[in-house]
Amino acid sequence: MNTTILLLLFAPLVGFLINIFFGKSLGKTVSGVIGTATVFISFLCTLCLFSQINSGAETIKFHLADWFTVGSIKVNFSFLLDQLSVLWLLFVTGIGTLIHLYSISYMHDDENMHKFFSYLNLFVFFMIALVAGSNLLIMFIGWEGVGLCSYLLIGFWYKNQDYNDAAKKAFIMNRIGDLGFLIGIFILGYTFNTLEFLEIKSLLGKDVISPSLLSIAALCLFIGACGKSAQLPLSTWLPDAMAGPTPVSALIHAATMVTAGIFMVTRMNFLFDLTPDVQNVIAIVGTITAVVAASIGLVQNDIKKVLAYSTVSQLGLMFLALGLGAYEVAVFHVITHAFFKACLFLGSGSVIHALHGEQDMRNMGGLRKVMPITFWTMMISTLAISGIFPFSGFWSKDEILMTAFHANIPLWVIGSIASIMTAFYMFRLMYLTFFNDFRGTEEQKHHLHESPALITVPLIILGTLAAVGGVISLPGNSWLNHYMAPLFAHKAHGEHHLDSQAYMLMAIATIGALVGIGIAYSMYLKKKQVPVADNEVQGLHKVLSNKYYLDEIYMAIIVKPLYAISTFAKNFIEKYLSKTVFGFGSATYALSIQGKRIQNGNIGVYLFAFILGICGFLIYLFNIRN
Amino acid sequence: MLLYVFYILSAITLGTAFLTVISKNAIHSAIYLVVCFFSLAGHYLLFNAQFLAVVHIIVYAGAIMVLLLFTLMLMNLNNEDETSKPLYTKFAAVISAGLLCLVLIAALRKALPENIEYVNSGTDFQSIKVLGKVLLNEYAVPFEFASVLLLVSMIGAVLISKKEEKI
Amino acid sequence: MNILETVGINNYIMLSALLFCIGAFGLLYRRNAIIMFMSIEIMLNAVNLLLVAFSSYHEDPSGQVFVFFTMAVAAAEVAVGLAILVSVFRNIGNIDIDNLKNLKG
Repeated sequence: MNTTILLLLFAPLVGFLINIFFGKSLGKTVSGVIGTATVFISFLCTLCLFSQINSGAETIKFHLADWFTVGSIKVNFSFLLDQLSVLWLLFVTGIGTLIHLYSISYMHDDENMHKFFSYLNLFVFFMIALVAGSNLLIMFIGWEGVGLCSYLLIGFWYKNQDYNDAAKKAFIMNRIGDLGFLIGIFILGYTFNTLEFLEIKSLLGKDVISPSLLSIAALCLFIGACGKSAQLPLSTWLPDAMAGPTPVSALIHAATMVTAGIFMVTRMNFLFDLTPDVQNVIAIVGTITAVVAASIGLVQNDIKKVLAYSTVSQLGLMFLALGLGAYEVAVFHVITHAFFKACLFLGSGSVIHALHGEQDMRNMGGLRKVMPITFWTMMISTLAISGIFPFSGFWSKDEILMTAFHANIPLWVIGSIASIMTAFYMFRLMYLTFFNDFRGTEEQKHHLHESPALITVPLIILGTLAAVGGVISLPGNSWLNHYMAPLFAHKAHGEHHLDSQAYMLMAIATIGALVGIGIAYSMYLKKKQVPVADNEVQGLHKVLSNKYYLDEIYMAIIVKPLYAISTFAKNFIEKYLSKTVFGFGSATYALSIQGKRIQNGNIGVYLFAFILGICGFLIYLFNIRN
Repeated sequence: MLLYVFYILSAITLGTAFLTVISKNAIHSAIYLVVCFFSLAGHYLLFNAQFLAVVHIIVYAGAIMVLLLFTLMLMNLNNEDETSKPLYTKFAAVISAGLLCLVLIAALRKALPENIEYVNSGTDFQSIKVLGKVLLNEYAVPFEFASVLLLVSMIGAVLISKKEEKI
Repeated sequence: MNILETVGINNYIMLSALLFCIGAFGLLYRRNAIIMFMSIEIMLNAVNLLLVAFSSYHEDPSGQVFVFFTMAVAAAEVAVGLAILVSVFRNIGNIDIDNLKNLKG
C-alpha cells in the first residue's frame, strides 16, 4: 500500500529529474517516453488505490515524514487518499498520460523537448501533492508548484517577449490569489491549531468559533481559488496563458490545474457549509464569470482563445455549483469538462500543427475533409460542451442548472444564457475551422494533413470519454453521488428526481443549446460569414473583442498608479535616500583617509600603542576590581 | 644570608638587563644578557628548581644567545650603523616605560596574595621526577604541540633564511 | 628550607615587574631589531621568574611546566625571528625597524 502511494507520488518526480539532467543526452523520443511512462505509472497506482477506495476501503492516511512543529501546530508531510483525492488523481494522471503521449508527437520539432517533458512531469508531481496532501500546507506546496510549472510552460517559448509577459501575468495574478489563500491558511491555523483537513473538520463540529472569522477565512480561501481557477476579477491571466504550447493549455489550463480551486473548495466543503455568505459570493462570482467569459468568447478569433474563455466560463459554472453547496455536481462537471476540454484543446493543437502554427480561425476552414479524426473527436466534444443529449456535458451542465433553478432563479437564467452562448461560440469555432472552403495560403493548403497516430489516439480516447463520461452520474441513479457521499455532511444536492420539472429543464437547456447552434449555423455556415479584421469591429462587438477592457481597466486602476508611485519614489524618495546613503559613504571615506595615517607602518609607533594599550587595560581592570 | 644572596642576584639581574637595553654595542648587549640569564638561573636555584635552572642555561644562555651572537656576527653591525632615534622618541619611550612600570607595580600590589607568609609543607613538587610525570600526563598534548611547533619553526627558519634562487 | 620563607613573594613580584618594564623600555627605546629581540627575551624571562615564584608559593608543578612551554615558544620565536631578520638584512642592508614600513596603509 505504502509502496503504491510512494510510487504514485514520486514517479513523476523521478521522471522530472531524469529529464532535466539527462534529457538532452537521452534524445527526444526517449525523454518523451520516460515522461509519459512515469505519469502512466502514477495512473496505474491511482487505479489500484481507486479500486480499493471504491470497494469501500477505509480512507488512507499516509505519513511520509515530519516537517516542523511550531508551538502547538504540528505539520507533517502526510497524504490523505480519500474518495475525492483519488477521483481527482484518476483524471489528473489519466488525462496527464494521454497528453504526455500527445506531446511526444506534438513537440517533436522543438529543440527543448526534454525540458518540456521535465516541466510537465514536475507539474504532475505537484498536482499530485496538491490533491493528495492531507493538510493545507502540503496543498499549498502543490498549489505553488503547479503555479511555477504553469509559469515555466506558458513562457516555454521564451524567445518571444509576449509569451514571457503572459507567463509573468499568470504568475503575478496567481500571487494575488495565493496571498489570499495563505492568509486563509494562517487564520485557520491560528483558530484550530492544526492544518490537517480531517482535524479541522472534526473541530468545526465541536467548538464554537466566531462565524465572522470563519467567513473571512473562507473568503480568503475563495480568493485563492479565484486566482488559480481564473474567476473574476483575477480571470485575465488564463486567456493569455494560451501562449504556451497547446498540450500545456490542455493539461494545465483546462483539465487539471485550473480546477485546483474547485478541488480546494470541495476539500474544505465543511468550512464553506458553515459560511452561507461566502457561498453566496462564490455562486454570484461564478455566475458572473460564466456569462462574462462566455460573452467574450463569442467574438474571439484565435482558436485557443475561444477555448480559453470557454474554460473560464465553464469554471464559473462549476463555482456556481460550489456556491450552491452542490459539491458533487461541481466535481462531476470538472470531470466531464476535463474530458471534453482536453479533447478540444488537443484537437485545436492538431489543427494548429497541421497549419504550422496558424491560430487565427479566419485563416482556416474546410478542414473537415483533410482531418476527419480531429474533426469528429472535436465535434463530439463540442456537442458535449454545448450540452446536447446524450453527451457527457449535457448531464453535468444540466445538473448545475437544475441545482441553480431550485436555489435561485436569476442565477439559473444567467447560467442558462452562458450555456447558450457556449453552444454558439463553440459551433462558431467548428464552422469556421472545419466547414466551407480553406481560407489560408496556398502553401498551407498544400501541406494540410491528418495528424499522426500519437496525436489522434489520445483524441479518440478523450472523445470517447467526452461522449460517454456522463454515465458516472446519471440523474436518479448517480454512481458519483453515491461514491462521494461520505465526504459531504448533508444529503447530495444533485440527486434530483426525474419528475416533469426536471424533464422540462432538460428540454429548456437543450432548446437553448440548439438555438445557439442554430444562430451559429445561419451566420457562419449558411451565410458563410467570416469575422472582420480586428480594427473594423464596432459597438458592443468591440467591447467584447477587447474583453470588456478588463486589461485596460486593470492597467488604469492598478498598474498606472503603481508606476506613478514608483516614478515618484524613484525621482524624489530615492534621490534623497541615495544622497543620505552616499553621504555615509563619503563620510566613511573621508574618515578613513584620516584614519589611514595611524597605520603609518612604523613598528615603533605600533609598539607604543601596544604598551599604552596594556597600561590602559590594566588600569581599567584593577579599577573595576575595586 | 639568603636574603643578601637574593639582593645581590636581583641587582645583577636588573643591572645587566638595563645595560643590555641601553648599551650601544650590540655585542656588549648580548654579553650582558648572558650574565642576566645566568643570574636568573641563580634565582631558579634559590627556588630549589635545579632542573629548571639547568634547562634555562642550556636553552637561553646556550642556544638562544649563541643564535643571537651568530646573527650579530653574520651581520657585522657596528655601532655607527645605528642612527640614533630622535630625542622625542626616546623621551616618549622613557615616559611610557615608566608609566607601564607604575601601573604594573600598582596593579600587582593590589593583587598581592592575602597571606604573604609562606608555609613550607615539605611536599615534593619540583623534582625532575614530579615534573616529568606532570609534563607527560596532564600536559601531554601541549607537550606534543610544543614539539610540533619546534619542528615547524625549524623548517620555517631554514626556509626563510635560505638564499633565494634567481629565477 | 625555601627561599620564599626568607625573601617573601612580594619581592619576587616587584623584581619581575621591574624586569618586565626594563624589557618594555628596551623595546620602545631601541630600533635595532636584534636588541629588540633581546628585550623581548628579558620580558619573557620576567614572566618565567614570576611563574616559578608562584609555582613555589603554591607548591604546584604546573607553573614550572608552563616555564618549559614558554622556553619552547621562545626558542621557536627566536629561530624564526632571526631567520626573518637575516632575510631582511640580506635584502635592505640593515635591520633598523624604521626602514620596515611596508605595513603603511
